Amino acid sequence: MSFFFEVLVGGLLAGVMYSLVAIGFVLIYKASGVFNFAQGSMVLFSALTFVSLLERSYPFWLAFVLTLLIMLVLAWVIERWVLRKLVNRSPITLFMATLGLSYIIEGLAQSLWGAQVHGLDLGINDEPFEVLGLLLSQFDLFASAVAGSLVIILSLFFNKTRTGIALRAVADDPLAALAVGINLQRLWLIVWGVAGFVGLVAGLLWGARLGVQFSLSLVVLKALPVLIIGGFTSITGCIVGGLIIGASEKLAEIFIGPYLGGGIENWFPYVLAMLFLLVRPAGLFGERQIERV
Amino acid sequence: MKVNINKCAGLVLALNLALVATSPNARADGEQYFPLQSYRIGPYAAGGSGFFGGFIDYLQYVNLKEGGVNNVKLTWSECETEYVVEKGVECYERLKHGLNGAPAAATNPLSVGIAYATLDRSTADKLPLITINHGRTDSTDGSVFPYIFPLQLNPYSEVSAIINYIGTESGGLEKLKGKKIVTLYHGSPYGKETNGILELLAKKYGFKLTLLEVPHPGNEQQSQWLNIRRIKPDWVILRGWGVMNPVALKTAQKTGFPADHIIGNIWSNSEDDAAPAGNAAKGFISITTHPSGTNFPVLQDIDKYVIKASKGNLEDAKRFGTVYYNLGVVNGILNVEAVRVAQEKYGKRPLTGEEVRWGFEHIHLDDKRLAELGALGLVQPLKLTCSDHEGGGAVRFQQWDGSKWNVISDWVQADRDLLRPIIEESSHKYAKEKGITPRDCSKES
Repeated sequence: MSFFFEVLVGGLLAGVMYSLVAIGFVLIYKASGVFNFAQGSMVLFSALTFVSLLERSYPFWLAFVLTLLIMLVLAWVIERWVLRKLVNRSPITLFMATLGLSYIIEGLAQSLWGAQVHGLDLGINDEPFEVLGLLLSQFDLFASAVAGSLVIILSLFFNKTRTGIALRAVADDPLAALAVGINLQRLWLIVWGVAGFVGLVAGLLWGARLGVQFSLSLVVLKALPVLIIGGFTSITGCIVGGLIIGASEKLAEIFIGPYLGGGIENWFPYVLAMLFLLVRPAGLFGERQIERV
Repeated sequence: MKVNINKCAGLVLALNLALVATSPNARADGEQYFPLQSYRIGPYAAGGSGFFGGFIDYLQYVNLKEGGVNNVKLTWSECETEYVVEKGVECYERLKHGLNGAPAAATNPLSVGIAYATLDRSTADKLPLITINHGRTDSTDGSVFPYIFPLQLNPYSEVSAIINYIGTESGGLEKLKGKKIVTLYHGSPYGKETNGILELLAKKYGFKLTLLEVPHPGNEQQSQWLNIRRIKPDWVILRGWGVMNPVALKTAQKTGFPADHIIGNIWSNSEDDAAPAGNAAKGFISITTHPSGTNFPVLQDIDKYVIKASKGNLEDAKRFGTVYYNLGVVNGILNVEAVRVAQEKYGKRPLTGEEVRWGFEHIHLDDKRLAELGALGLVQPLKLTCSDHEGGGAVRFQQWDGSKWNVISDWVQADRDLLRPIIEESSHKYAKEKGITPRDCSKES
């Protein structure tokens, strides 16, 4: 039984890491209705920029601030040269634009900083310690605390600030928002900038675990089922979805995997997500779309 | 409409000339071409840029120091595959005809997927396909696969040598009985290639084997390592690739498994596999067919003639002498040696792929020849024949000290006598499926 709990706790902690990436998707979807396929590339780009600056002897804080500034410049370029040209186009057009952006950002990251793999040490111990017979890692607990803090800060931002409320209005109807005087360009710049910040935080935590390398952009594959289960518009849903995915994939790999030849944890979350889609298409916390026909 | 017959004839003649100029049989005055299906962007760019950097630097070095091979200049061009099979095939088709009339010597895609996809084409085009340290194990049998060369080490030899090493560390192969070994493998055809042979070795030596798959790309391994914690194995064999390796080491640390009882295979043995794991990688052991470092005359010469002359291919000079770079140099040495050997038979001129194949099949690198090449200790003694396209089958073991690899063993040989019948069984099955009549190697000169 203790092994079961060990797997469960390990899965929950891994799930929090998936949530970190999923939050970036939700931010942009919530504010602009765009499913930003380039979020994974933004994670890679920010982490690679940060670690490259660190290796050029910049102090940690300065590397962080400079990377954040670079992410803001990237957000401005995306808003100015891509999104502004596509206002009020169909969601599939915007999705395809972010798909293209994803490849551009990946290529740009490797052209600017090279293709080597970099180690990243955040100074947080990843060695195990035992609590009630369960193995825990300080790093996992730190990542959970960061994710929890992000959820609280972003929820407050969206619900309690004028900018946050304006962002929700833009997501509901961009043209109506424009009509009442909301500055669409400024808001999109803000939300892409915040998504860049979240991408940087996710990139640092994932980079410390995987090494900063191209595969960071693939962590988005873990975020998709999280979004389907948690809902595309809920930051709290990201955390809950992440916990469900993390725990279920680990338990499935250990207890069901041996009967199916092993290696099932990549596709099992998608099975779960499909089941959720059948029963609850908007996810656990997503907003249901009601349209008059 | 009037048709100008003279103009048409001229056009046909020009077309014919163009076709002749690009056919593989056309030869320039003294250039031998190496088509490079390289990958410098994408998920595996770190390996590709290191390997092809070393390969190109060696070709450059031969040109600069020796004026080519017997005055035949070496030339090359790259085609980016991003490690994607379709792009690799497209690059193969684009480059196989040679460059400006210089005939192609061999292809070296450094990708199992691309190698599988171009295997039949290489045979049909009579162009050697080199899969150094990887590829299809049964292509070791050159009687069935005349143009495929898994040089130095095929996957079966790799695991056999690892088990032999574990046996030695345990006090003899007979002491393996009752030991527990877990193999953590990449969820891909490459990862699964050795499962069968490991099961056979487990049966032969009596150790308890557990095979655990890590789905691609391997950036989450919590469940596998918790399983390993439960099994409490004596050793873990890591058959990883890319991001899977540092994540394995980090998760091993997190679950309390010692790094010095994890043995990485040939694609888990570079600086890029260990360094990102930080302290978790300290003590990690892996196999290698070539040490890293620059203490070999050939590398010091490359430094002198190529790197210091600002003609090196590496973007980051710090990667000079790393595992991937040195593998590229070793690959360069073997390719060039094949050309040199073939020139002795066919004449000192650019050669066709078919002629270079003969060269590969007659490579014989003993200590004397390796010393002449400045590669003693860098390349293992190697003798290739018509029936043996691997040649070596030995590895050394190295250990990561937190910043670099240190060699900790002499050459450990695979049990090639045990493996050969299994390889032949598989190659003959392939020959039957494809309707291939194996060559009679006793009649090959």
